[in-house]
Formats: sequence, structure tokens, C-alpha cells
Amino acid sequence: MTTAPTTHAAALALGDDALVLSHRLGEWAGNAPVLEEEVALANIALDLLGQARVLLSLVGDEDELAYLREERSFRNLQLVEQPNGDFAHTLARQLYFSTYQRLLYRELATGDTPLTGLAAKAVKEVAYHQDHAEHWTLRLGDGTPESHRRMQQACEALWRYTGEMFQPLDGLDIDWPQLEADWLTSVTGVLERATLTVPEGPRTGAWAAGAGRQGLHTEPFGRMLAEMQHLHRSHPGATW
Amino acid sequence: MTAVTTDTQEAEAQAAHEAAFDAAVAAEERIEPRDWMPDAYRASLVRQIAQHAHSEIIGMQPEANWITRAPTLRRKAILMAKVQDEAGHGLYLYSAAETLGTSRDELLDKLHAGRQKYSSIFNYPTLTWADVGAIGWLVDGAAITNQVPLCRCSYGPYARAMVRICKEESFHQRQGYESLLALSKGTPEQHAMAQDAVDRWWWPSLMMFGPPDGESAHSAQSMAWKIKRHSNDELRQRFVDICVPQAQALGLTLPDPDLRWNEERGHYDFGPIDWTEFWDVLKGNGPCNEQRLDRRRQAHEEGAWVREAAAAYAAKHGEARA
Ligand SMILES: [Fe+2]
Ligand SMILES: [Fe+2]
Repeated sequence: MTTAPTTHAAALALGDDALVLSHRLGEWAGNAPVLEEEVALANIALDLLGQARVLLSLVGDEDELAYLREERSFRNLQLVEQPNGDFAHTLARQLYFSTYQRLLYRELATGDTPLTGLAAKAVKEVAYHQDHAEHWTLRLGDGTPESHRRMQQACEALWRYTGEMFQPLDGLDIDWPQLEADWLTSVTGVLERATLTVPEGPRTGAWAAGAGRQGLHTEPFGRMLAEMQHLHRSHPGATW
Repeated sequence: MTAVTTDTQEAEAQAAHEAAFDAAVAAEERIEPRDWMPDAYRASLVRQIAQHAHSEIIGMQPEANWITRAPTLRRKAILMAKVQDEAGHGLYLYSAAETLGTSRDELLDKLHAGRQKYSSIFNYPTLTWADVGAIGWLVDGAAITNQVPLCRCSYGPYARAMVRICKEESFHQRQGYESLLALSKGTPEQHAMAQDAVDRWWWPSLMMFGPPDGESAHSAQSMAWKIKRHSNDELRQRFVDICVPQAQALGLTLPDPDLRWNEERGHYDFGPIDWTEFWDVLKGNGPCNEQRLDRRRQAHEEGAWVREAAAAYAAKHGEARA
């Protein structure tokens, strides 16, 4: 244990977010719609994996945490574990999450916690992720009727996972209601410019109960972990 | 002016162009996109660069197969970065082909239609994690042996792309070697996994250098144009000579009972290659030919609406196409 326990929970939650979304993006390798996006999605995945490794290492051994925890012990948002779906779903997920990360890390970068160094470096990375997602949201929203329909559907399908992001994380001195207001302003601005309708549904599920941050995940997450962890777990104690 | 005179003048101009081109090649000067070049030279380069570009992007598949199962976060980061590099190599190479007047879309269509090839090595499956290490060590290793001489290729944009690519490939080769070493020195199960992978990848890697010199369709002309610098068999021998001591250092054996140092030749002798298998895989009967091409077509087809959206947006907003 290398950091004050007050920020452990936050480092774990944010580390899990980065780890899980990186994994999902890694599933795109070889499947992207255009070669430039193979490079871009891998870039984002690699940035997030780098962040995850720093954050998890603040809490303990990165591999033990990634590979030997059970589903109920992961603290990531349900948003980031959602399956990739089509390119629109992947980019809507990225827009929602990167906007959150950009706003949150900007705040954390000015503080003085064990997370400050990571946040200061990562805020530049996530600014690029958010720009990339915004760029594609505009193109898909304001592209063809088909892309508009797909993007609208994706934005709506993922909307219910966005409320969870603003539950306070212990040990972080953040004005969470303000963060949420800024997030809504930013995201709705992008959606409107993309000629998309801002979803009107609830931003948490009926059974949220704190959801991912409390270790309650969606069904696809267990299968994701099974795939991610199986090799490591098949060789207990091995080094790679 | 009569037509006959024009023909004569054209023939003279053509002869002058050819002489200048031959002289430039002989003097080891680079041919650049705006320079005059024989049609056959252009066609030969497009064929070779396209095949190389296609190999980079098809080659992402067998390794991407293990990204989601990489056994540590460090290995996962290395593998993701490697697969990303291969996509980047594809980009450089399609750009090099574009300087010859052939678009990426056109080349991809040919790949998807099965009218252009990619390296047959990627028609073998990655069955265990050790295959990722074996590919890095042997397949990237063979690619480097093939490609380092291409850094001096007579066509400038291809030669320059190869300089960048070779730097990254040698990084991949070292990482693959290091990953196999960790397995070889690991638990008995890990060691066995590494040995099994090397057993399966060794012979296909030797086939990456192409058919024996006597049966290589494009070799002689490519050598004359200084696109190619060494024969298939020369490069294959060079690769074997590099690998044998590395395998010893890894604590792994190469699956060839005939492999031994030949003092007289100053090279390792090696056993006969199964060329029936080579031609079979080339013709489409490898373990993964259909799977690789289907996956590529599927990604392309499923991405069509995204590319159309980008084009429509660009047209509406007057931006250059991505
Ligand atoms: Fe490559
Ligand atoms: Fe490579």
C-alpha cells in the first residue's frame, strides 16, 4: 500500500474505469471502419491502460488487482463495461466518459493528492480522447440519415449509465454537482451541434443502487472478465 | 508536321527517359514520384507495396486475437502498441502506393476480392499466448531480414517508409524474443507453451522468404531495378544464421533435425522446406485463409456507413476527407 487510504477508493474506481474501457477499446483491434481509426482507438486504449496501471499501482499490485479480483470487487462505472456495439455506440460511450474524465482530471490536476501527478499528465490525453469523440459525434450525427439514426440510438441507449459518474468518490475534494452541470452543458452542446436530440430518459437505471461504484455490474461484464483473466489465472504465480 | 515525325519524336523522348531512368538506378539514385519510370516498374512496385501493406493489416488479426487475454497489464500494453504499429505500417505503405497513382480504396477492393495477396504467414492461427512471442521473434524477425535491404530500394517513398517500419519491426522482434525468454525460463507449462509455438512457427517463417530462387516469378527483374537486393534463398539463409544462436540463448530447439553448422560454407545447413504446404497455403488452403479475409471484408463492410457519414459530413461542411 503506497498511498493514504483516503484516496484508495477513488484510485481504485478511476483505475478500474480506465482498465475496463481500455479493454473494450482493445476489442476493436482489426475491426475498425477505417485504418486511421485502428490507430486512434488503439491510442486511446493505450492511454487508458497507462492511466489504469498508475492508478492501480497506488492501491496495490496492478496485476493482482486486474486479474485476481472477482466481478463484485470491481469499482468501475457500468458505462465503461458496456459492450462496444457499433462504432456509434463506442463513440457515444467515449464522448460521455471522456467528457467526465476531462472535467474531473482538470480539477484533480490542481489539487494536492496522490492522484495529482497522474491527473496532470492524463488531462492532456483525455482532452484528445474527448476531441476525437466529439469530432465523430459531429460526423455521425450530421453525416447520413443512417449514421444519424445509429448515433441517436447509441446516445439514448447509454444515457442511463451517465448519472452514476457524479456520485462522490471518497477522499476527492470535488464539487460534484458542479461537475455534473458542466458535463451536461458540454455533452448537450456537442449533441446539439451534431443535430442530435439530447436524450430525455433517466440518467440512472431503476435498480442502480450505486451500481458499478458499489460493485454491481451488468451481465456482459462477467464474460469480459472471464476472457481477460483466464490465462493469468490458469498459471497461478507464473511470471510473464 | 506529319504523324510519322511525331511518332519518331515520341520514341526518341521515350528512349531518353529510359536512359535517364536506367542511369539513375545504376547510380543508386532514388526514383521519386514525379520522375519518369517504366510502366512495368510502376506496376511491379504497386504490386509489391500493396502486398506488403495488406500483410500489415491482415497481420493485425492473429495478434489482436490475444489482446483481450494478455496475461499481465505490461504485456497487454506492449501487444496493443505492437498491433497499433502494424496499422501504422499499413498507413505508410498505402500512402507510398498512392504516390504511384493507386488509391488505398482501390487496393483494399483488390484485397477483399482476393485479387491481391498478403503474406501467407498470417494464414496460420495463434493458438496460445506463446504464439504472440513466437510471431514477434520469428515473423517480425523474418520481416526485418526481408525489409532492411528495402530501405535502399530504388523507389524513394518506399525506401523511406521502410526505414521507419524497420525501426519498429526490430523493436517488435526484441519484445517477442523477450516474451519467449520469460516463458522459456518460466514454469514447465510455460516452457512447453513456448517450445510448441516455436515448433509451429519455424517452418512457416522460413517460407516467408518466398519460393526457392529458381521458382521466384518476379525476382530477376526486381533485382535489376534495385527494388530487391538479395535473392530469396540468400535472405532465408541469413535468417537461419541469425536465429540458430538466438534459439540456443532462449533455451528452445528449432524443429529441424538437419540443422547444423557447415564450416565450409560458413552457414547453417537446414532441412528441406515443405513447398507443397507453401503453395497450398498460397492458393488459399491454409488454416485461416478464409477466416482472415472474411474478417477483413466484414470489418470493411460494417464500417461502410461510418466512411459514408464522414464523406457526407465533409461534403456538407467543406472539410477535406479524413
Ligand atoms: Fe509491420
Ligand atoms: Fe511488426
